[in-house]
Amino acid sequence: MTETIENTRTRGHSEEPLLSVRDLTVTFTRQGEKPFVAVDGVSFDVRPGQTVGLVGESGCGKSVTSLAIMGLLPQRGVRVEGEVLYGGTNLLTQSKEQMRDRRGRDLGMIFQDPLSSLNPVVPIGVQVTEVLERHKGLSRKAATPLAREMLDKVGIPDPNRRLKDYPHQLSGGMRQRALIAMALACAPKVLIADEPTTALDVTIQAQILALLKELVEDSGTALVMITHDLGVVAGLVDRINVLYAGRIVERGDRHPLFAQPRHPYTHGLLSSIPRLDGERGTKLTPIPGSVSDNLPWANACAFAPRCSQPIDVCVEKTPEFVEDGPRALRCHNPVEVSR
Amino acid sequence: MLRFILRRLLQMVGVVVVLSLLVFLWLRSLPGGTVSAILGEKATPARRAALEKALGLDQPLYVQYWQFLKRAVQGQFGSSTGVQPGVDAMQVFVQRFPATLELSFFALLFAIAAGIPLGYMAARRRTSWFDNLSVVGSLIGVAVPVFFLAFLLKYWFAINLHWLPVSGRQDPSLDATRVTGFFVLDGLLTREYDAAWDALKHLILPSLALATIPFAVIFRITRASVLDVMDEDYVRTAESKGLTNKVIRGRHILRNALLPVVTTIGLQTGGLLVGAVLTERVFSWGGIGEAVAVAFTRRDYAVLQVCILMAAITFVVINLLVDIAYAVIDPRVRTR
Ligand SMILES: Nc1ncnc2c1ncn2[C@@H]1O[C@H](COP(=O)(O)OP(=O)(O)OP(=O)(O)O)[C@@H](O)[C@H]1O
Ligand code: SF4
Ligand SMILES: [Mg+2]
Repeated sequence: MTETIENTRTRGHSEEPLLSVRDLTVTFTRQGEKPFVAVDGVSFDVRPGQTVGLVGESGCGKSVTSLAIMGLLPQRGVRVEGEVLYGGTNLLTQSKEQMRDRRGRDLGMIFQDPLSSLNPVVPIGVQVTEVLERHKGLSRKAATPLAREMLDKVGIPDPNRRLKDYPHQLSGGMRQRALIAMALACAPKVLIADEPTTALDVTIQAQILALLKELVEDSGTALVMITHDLGVVAGLVDRINVLYAGRIVERGDRHPLFAQPRHPYTHGLLSSIPRLDGERGTKLTPIPGSVSDNLPWANACAFAPRCSQPIDVCVEKTPEFVEDGPRALRCHNPVEVSR
Repeated sequence: MLRFILRRLLQMVGVVVVLSLLVFLWLRSLPGGTVSAILGEKATPARRAALEKALGLDQPLYVQYWQFLKRAVQGQFGSSTGVQPGVDAMQVFVQRFPATLELSFFALLFAIAAGIPLGYMAARRRTSWFDNLSVVGSLIGVAVPVFFLAFLLKYWFAINLHWLPVSGRQDPSLDATRVTGFFVLDGLLTREYDAAWDALKHLILPSLALATIPFAVIFRITRASVLDVMDEDYVRTAESKGLTNKVIRGRHILRNALLPVVTTIGLQTGGLLVGAVLTERVFSWGGIGEAVAVAFTRRDYAVLQVCILMAAITFVVINLLVDIAYAVIDPRVRTR
């Protein structure tokens, strides 16, 4: 009995999506500047217990997507369109106070730079208990043992002492663990991790990723994992969405996507990952050019100037997003499937 | 924390010693010297020499400094010659100090109580009419000379409208009981509430005049600092936890934004002492500021010495308190 419940909770990806992002479009409208579309019709689903990757280069709109889901974009100078369905409710039409109730309780988030993301003048313990006080209606005193338990759970040694410590007294990895403890204190159903390991050493990176994996598997939390480095999430995610210039260009389950990337951009990302099992002397091939070379999506493929195999139509027509079961692709001339 | 305070106390002793040296050297460089100041320009050389010997002025400089220090530590600076002739200079200071302290305290209270909330509100409503208006207002606050403002306030609210008393600290006919020399506090302690209220009314205009510059500075620093902190990652983290506005404002924005404000408040006490000289003059306050102004015109060196040295010490003590407040707010300072 317990066994089957465990199974459906951790691996039962057939359930209804818990979080469903539909045609999310975020436009920055600064006075005196051209409107800038940072996220352009992005759709993806996250099921309970699933880990979904959102991958792409700097500036492709990963953080803006996650902030839009959390309702944390600035109040002014931004237009957000589309839907973010959480258990059937569209979060984008919720009031400010309703979203405030959900953040930290239904949706948690962890950020890139653990040091700057922690308040330097408030003890770690208070930064954990304040979430419990807010959402569980506990007193500071009643929340403290729970906070200690949380710190213990994320692998912070001597949690009793650490409760009273300030962020500058912790190591980088420990700070990120503390942030994870805060985000997970109220056991949110969805956790968004925005490049949680970018600011950390390689060895610490692996530890934090292992911890995240363990935590979401134990609790059945859905994880949206944001990164610019496919290599980092290779062992963690179930599904991957590849984002380029605000649009999803390819999607698929982890194994097929890693084995047979179809989009030239995904292909490029994968060939620029150093492989431990790669032959010695295999050259890493970074993608040429930069985001500044992009064409507008309006009547071309934004990636065309940097693409390794563009054809004429690539600079004339927007490639459509074609879904085929779990796989989806936006490309006029995909990479051949090699056997 | 205790070690931090001890270290700062030791530093303070050093600062006071240097200050006393400065006051000593200033004394030596008085026009005509101390002897002329006492005997006048036309004294005979014999009388001058006798007095020099009597005062120890024929000794080497370091011996004189040592004598000066010994006397200074005992509070002996000689008698007042101009402010309250014949009265011991230290006595003059001690009598008047509470008046200045009370005035400065209320001025600083006004400045903080208005500057911090307004600065916070202006930052949260950046570029709104409220923000623009208050920034312009604070600019005017810094630009208007204290002396002029004190006169304006007195003219309008005291002389023209009769809303508030024209000068002094309290109506003498009340014959209030004195305990601490702080009139409002005395009134509360002795339950002579009418006396406390009267003292408070006397305080309003001078402390408003004295408060304008510190208010404007505190307002602007708070506003700039809140604007900075609002963009910090940890405020976004706090928002991502769904915390209430109240917690985000107090714990996450203000607690960080106040660090530079606290430092500013400490530095403002210097300006406050200068402002007190002018304000007390206008309102015949009977405090140190007024004494210094009179002592200057009447060349009352004994009173000047005491007041300058004590003002400097006050400044140092207040900055010590500010440092402690800073360490209480910022754990990074404490553990360094
Ligand atoms: N507040 C804002 N105002 C205007 N433009 C913005 C704002 N925030 C983000 N952008 C723009 O939106 C685009 C996407 O930004 P986003 O932060 O989502 O990138 P990212 O994929 O997270 O990159 P990185 O890997 O560097 O974090 C960028 O071009 C950025 O300049
Ligand atoms: S659409 Fe054309 S330019 Fe764009 S990725 Fe595919 S092949 Fe390259
Ligand atoms: Mg980002």
